[in-house]
Amino acid sequence: MNRIPLREATRTLQIQVMRHNPQDPDSTPKLQTFEVEESDTMTLFIALNEIRERQDASLQFDFVCRAGICGSCGMIINGRPGLACRTLTRDLPVKITLAPLPAFELIGDLSVNTGKWMRGMSEQLETWVHSRGLDELNIDAMEATMEPELAEQIYELERCIECGCCVAACGTARMKEDFIGAVGLNQITRFRLDPRDERDDAAFYELVGDENGVFGCMTLLGCEDMCPKDLPLATQIAFLRRRMATTG
Amino acid sequence: MQTIYTDVLVIGGGLAGQRAAIGAKRRGQDVIVLSLVPAKRSHSAAAQGGMQASLGNCLGGAGDNEDIHFADTVRGSDWGADQDVVRMFTHTAPKAIRELAAWGVPWNRVARGEREITVDGSKQTISEPDAAHGLITSRNFGGTQKWRACYVSDGTGHAMLYTLSNQAIAANIPVHERMEALALIHADGRCHGAIVRNLITGQLLAYVARATCIATGGFGRIYGVSTNAIINEGMGAAIALETGVATLGNMEAIQFHPTGIFPAGILVTEGCRGDGGLLLDGKQHRFMPDYEPEKKELASRDVVSRRMEEHISAGRGASSRFGDHLWLDIRLLGAQHINNKLREVKEICQYFLGVDPETQLIPVRPAQHYSMGGVRTNHRGESPQLRGLFAAGEAACWDMHGFNRLGGNSVAETVVAGMIVGDTMADFCDSQDGALNISSALVDSFGRREKQRLAAITAGKGHESVFELTRLMRETMTDKVGIFRHGERLEEAVATLQTLQERCRDIGLRSNAPGANPELVAAYRLQGMLKLAQCVAYGALLRTESRGAHYRADYPRRDDLNWIRRTLASWPDAQATLPSIDYEPLDIMAMELPPGWRGYGARDYIEHPDTAVRQQQVDAIDGALAGADRHTRQQALMPFRHLLPEHLRANNQRLGEES
Repeated sequence: MNRIPLREATRTLQIQVMRHNPQDPDSTPKLQTFEVEESDTMTLFIALNEIRERQDASLQFDFVCRAGICGSCGMIINGRPGLACRTLTRDLPVKITLAPLPAFELIGDLSVNTGKWMRGMSEQLETWVHSRGLDELNIDAMEATMEPELAEQIYELERCIECGCCVAACGTARMKEDFIGAVGLNQITRFRLDPRDERDDAAFYELVGDENGVFGCMTLLGCEDMCPKDLPLATQIAFLRRRMATTG
Repeated sequence: MQTIYTDVLVIGGGLAGQRAAIGAKRRGQDVIVLSLVPAKRSHSAAAQGGMQASLGNCLGGAGDNEDIHFADTVRGSDWGADQDVVRMFTHTAPKAIRELAAWGVPWNRVARGEREITVDGSKQTISEPDAAHGLITSRNFGGTQKWRACYVSDGTGHAMLYTLSNQAIAANIPVHERMEALALIHADGRCHGAIVRNLITGQLLAYVARATCIATGGFGRIYGVSTNAIINEGMGAAIALETGVATLGNMEAIQFHPTGIFPAGILVTEGCRGDGGLLLDGKQHRFMPDYEPEKKELASRDVVSRRMEEHISAGRGASSRFGDHLWLDIRLLGAQHINNKLREVKEICQYFLGVDPETQLIPVRPAQHYSMGGVRTNHRGESPQLRGLFAAGEAACWDMHGFNRLGGNSVAETVVAGMIVGDTMADFCDSQDGALNISSALVDSFGRREKQRLAAITAGKGHESVFELTRLMRETMTDKVGIFRHGERLEEAVATLQTLQERCRDIGLRSNAPGANPELVAAYRLQGMLKLAQCVAYGALLRTESRGAHYRADYPRRDDLNWIRRTLASWPDAQATLPSIDYEPLDIMAMELPPGWRGYGARDYIEHPDTAVRQQQVDAIDGALAGADRHTRQQALMPFRHLLPEHLRANNQRLGEES
């Protein structure tokens, strides 16, 4: 028995893709529509590959895990940022419009350079455990203990996959190029929570205590609404803002 | 051609590559990491259930140590593994996990007091001791005697990769993203780096390095149904093979994971069964105890996958319009456990199946999962044939997995091998052998060769479609070189792959888009993938026995008399359509654990005469050292610590066991 409901009639999807190849001097941004016969449990990953294999071999897009865990395939799907690999076409209308995530450098068509942006964010915010002991770590000895609930709380914030959907959905990020976005602020709350990181609030204030950091957020909540991992981004930002306001 | 110089070039930005990079960098070497994708998106992030390290903190792990981890791993490998390497690995794994704990991985921890667990289909209450509170906990996995898989919910690989990537950023190690190595630069048995293609602009560059490390993961995408990420096309192994000098080890040893969701093949972790989940058939009967009374659902992956396919072949699967499958039942674990410890599993079921695993069954069927084979290295991670070439992680055949890897041993291998190979490369760079001694003419000639190879594909007016040939390769591998193998079908597979290699020379591209051109990428990768596929199929055809994941229906017994040896494939003639196959023997007389029954699976095997002799020796040494501590006994059986970098040799401290 299969539990996936059968659709009565197969649909012919009209997938409209925003095309542009910056490597081609003759290319100008345009919308191109492809028709694809929908199949059972078709995802946008399957549909886009079918287009590339049968209709237009030059179509650019990024998939890695195709399982919703690596964050490669963020794109604008009918106006909303989301992960294409785990979007089932049966949940979408016949007309589907796909565009690259805004706020990131365009590589081509649906492919954007989130990696470069995220590396820059990590370098700027120093998203790693700062501890003086790491150079002389004794790895033969028992590990330091940690409260089980605390480890789980840290993981809750660490589940971010840096897909960029929160940045694409952020009003501030669209206006201010240097805004670090919910993804960056979430990193700060993650390391702030981690007792292994020796930085104090004054140090975190140096990193995010300005308009490009936590005070740039306009609380539009797009980040939390669009986060594919359902991270509690708005709560974390509000909490961090309160902390930073009292620190600064 | 633009040329970039570095001491160490690491090809691959996953766990193995980044840990090796950090190791070499700490030793003062300049390091550059190349990655097809942003490093944090590497396939390491997909490891869900856990990392094996014998900490023995929680109750299920109590009494665990390196000796038990060693024995489990060797039995899991069906005696195909290099036992020195398994010792090096099991000894270093606790150090690796403790390092990662200090670096920031939020490992799940032991909570003191009572808790409910699910064992063998029913609930039990256990009580964790005070002394273990807050230490790293672990869960049960297949083929192990102890609960040894340390975990971060079911996002273990993700947490490890993010922590390691962030440490690499902290160490100021450049990761050149969206870069693909097309060929290794080499001459006279010495590797000097790689010719690399920029996957944004399509431009070719040369990276000249004293030491080059392949850490590109597995090659599951030569199969049609695989849990692997779509970037796992094995290009690192392929470019090593294409040197014609370096060898690949045990390519026929391919692991199929029991629980790929059906039909998409996306992984749901072995932790589902480790935590108490069951496998059910079409009539919702729990069938594994019928086949494997000892370990049931938690026999090793090769055994469970075979039993599942056997059961489906006997007409006892569940049928759907996609074909037959079985069920994974984790309902009995309860909502709280699923929402806390198996949340990625829950998301995958929701998004890809429309199934809520708290109340519904998950359709599963075995899918290609792991490549035990890869670039053959010695115990230090060096290619024995090509100086200056190193390999680590799934891309390597180091060889700690033999013919079947245990769940949780892969992410553990990545960091352990990274730690060791990072040191090996630094030693090499510091030695006379490591001097940079290469002419620009050599770099140019390799650059020209790659440019011509790509131009030939682009300009070709061939009739073949790269996508069609790729589909045929995958279909052939899935149908004929899968879980159950047979001489006749393997011969057909080898012949088909030879034809595909010839047809591959006649590919015509439909797109000549400037930039990376995805169709061109698919075309040049297919050339390498077909060679890897042929190494798998041809190696499987020649190996006339069944060992671990390599099962020959026409030779169902493990044959220690003829096949205690590792397959080595090389490709000396670029125009050939078959690899050159050689073998290296494993010495039973040097084994700490001589061959025997694994404790699950088939009991019937052909014994080697050395086995009884060596077993007697082992028993005699054991008897003579009856009062000695376990380290002394181990040292007498098979000394290994001298093989490790000095700083990794000390004993590991445990609860109740001082170092």
